[in-house]
Amino acid sequence: MARSLRVFVLFINLLSSLCLAELKVGLALDKGGRDDKSFNAAAYKGALEAKEKLGITLKTVESSDDISLEPTLRTFAQKGYPLIVAVGFVQRDAVEKVAEEFPKTHFVLIDSTTQASNVRSVVFKEHEGSFLVGALAALSSKSQQVGFIGGMDIPMIRRFQLGFESGVKYVNPKAKVLNNYVGSTSDAWRNPTKAKELALSQYNKGADVIFVPAGASGLGVFDAAEQTQKLVVGCDSNQNWVKPGKVLTSMLKRVDIAVYQAIELETKGAFKGGVFDLGLAENGVDYSLDEFNRNLVTPTMETKLKAIRTEIIKKQITVPDYYLNMKKTASPS
Amino acid sequence: MIEILASSLRVATPLIFAAMGGFLCERAGVATICLEGVLLTTAWTAASVTYFSHNPYFGTCAALVVGALTMSLHSFLTVRAKANSIVSGVAVNLLAMGITPLFTKLLFGSPTNTEAIPLNERMAPLALVYLSFLLPLFLHFIVYRTTPGLRLLAVGDGPHALETSGVSPARVRYWALGFGGAVVALGGVYMSIAHASQFTRDMAAGRGFIALSALIFGKWRPLPTFLTCLFFGFTDALQIHFQSSPLLGTTFPVQLLQLFPYLITLFVLVGFIGSAKPPLAISESP
Repeated sequence: MARSLRVFVLFINLLSSLCLAELKVGLALDKGGRDDKSFNAAAYKGALEAKEKLGITLKTVESSDDISLEPTLRTFAQKGYPLIVAVGFVQRDAVEKVAEEFPKTHFVLIDSTTQASNVRSVVFKEHEGSFLVGALAALSSKSQQVGFIGGMDIPMIRRFQLGFESGVKYVNPKAKVLNNYVGSTSDAWRNPTKAKELALSQYNKGADVIFVPAGASGLGVFDAAEQTQKLVVGCDSNQNWVKPGKVLTSMLKRVDIAVYQAIELETKGAFKGGVFDLGLAENGVDYSLDEFNRNLVTPTMETKLKAIRTEIIKKQITVPDYYLNMKKTASPS
Repeated sequence: MIEILASSLRVATPLIFAAMGGFLCERAGVATICLEGVLLTTAWTAASVTYFSHNPYFGTCAALVVGALTMSLHSFLTVRAKANSIVSGVAVNLLAMGITPLFTKLLFGSPTNTEAIPLNERMAPLALVYLSFLLPLFLHFIVYRTTPGLRLLAVGDGPHALETSGVSPARVRYWALGFGGAVVALGGVYMSIAHASQFTRDMAAGRGFIALSALIFGKWRPLPTFLTCLFFGFTDALQIHFQSSPLLGTTFPVQLLQLFPYLITLFVLVGFIGSAKPPLAISESP
């Protein structure tokens, strides 16, 4: 009896897998988890959208620490998931290793790159998005002074800074940009108290808009903007709602679109490995405009931004890329 | 210049509370590297209770209780269970780092931060800044001029001597750590509901350890420790100021100034600036 039952169950399983043939997608998030209101949340949103529109089977796992990243990916691969999405640059090494072990499985790596042919690495042109919000900051600044507060002092955030500064200077060459970093250790991502101090200091020196790619530390800058009645520009996800009326805009990294696109390609059987660098042209980066900041962005500003955006896409404006600068100084030439 | 001074006071306030709490605990003879953990649990409590009760005073009271309880866990482990106080301190820190995001997630749906508290429901930062100035004087008086204070000093330097006079060293340590925890809690309150508007995961960001180095630099005395905290606050404020505006054509390297509190502690410990003698019976069980 038990045996026949087991055969029956097996048969049903087989039948269902043949009939439905839904694509199984494994989504591996990093420490932030699906509610981090930022990077992971965006990836989860993209995957959910794919689940609704494309009818995939989605399994999401949040890693509680960096050590469990690799086993998570391996378990997905062993269970026969054809597509595994790994979110966050901390997963790079894990993806590289597991992708080599399972060459037939497809991987998507968000925010970092690797050479393996079965991995689709998606990175973003942060400097282009930063250029755009820099231009908007300069357009809206009355004091001709704007600020930049980065989290940890690493090349990726320097890339934001260079893009932002170029955007500001493009609109108003006379404008001054104050630059600060919260710190040089990973504590710098979660030190809102310090970030608020930096923001108060910049506002006090005359800056009236501050761009803040600083992770959770950024919340301190939002507090400072509220206290001094000045403006702040959010980062990564749409943060306009955090302090309505005080957030000029947010620079967006469209992780949701990147994840959705990768899943869509897989369902069409058109998955391709390699490095995909998403900029303004690919809608990979953008700035946000919604009911919370509608009154802060005038139609004139919006028209100007649209023009700048088109010019960047057409490559009439070259946005300096910190990564390229680094390579130049690194090479002996 | 005034802005730099104001900024140094704001930066120094949580350090002062943490260091003063640490002063009470360490002078009672229990090494307290868990200031960081107490800052976290109390900052979390203050933010959550204030958010739900819409009253910062409830939040503050709850934080004082939680601070005392967290520190009491440390005293239970070290005094009652006779655990090594460093190991116990590390345990309390790890517990705090784990439990705060867990509860944040349970109550607010995301492990990274609690919901923001509106401006009119926050503590007035100035009140806490003034309190941080009065507290060291008060503690100086209590510890050096009153019977309970002298007992606290005695239990830190020679618990057995205290025992011969009929006072239980363990009980003195429980009280000292309980009060110490409540004092540290004010630092947590300042961080989450006075200066900022919410709790953010790991928001103490090493302040507990900087407070500890201020305590060592102040040679375990309240007034010098207080001045050291102000000094650390001042260097941080200088750093903040000069990072974005170059002085004599050069910008201050962030890394160097961030190193400062630790570097100065190292100098003290090596003995360049007088010797720092910890309480004699520190981490010795009575």
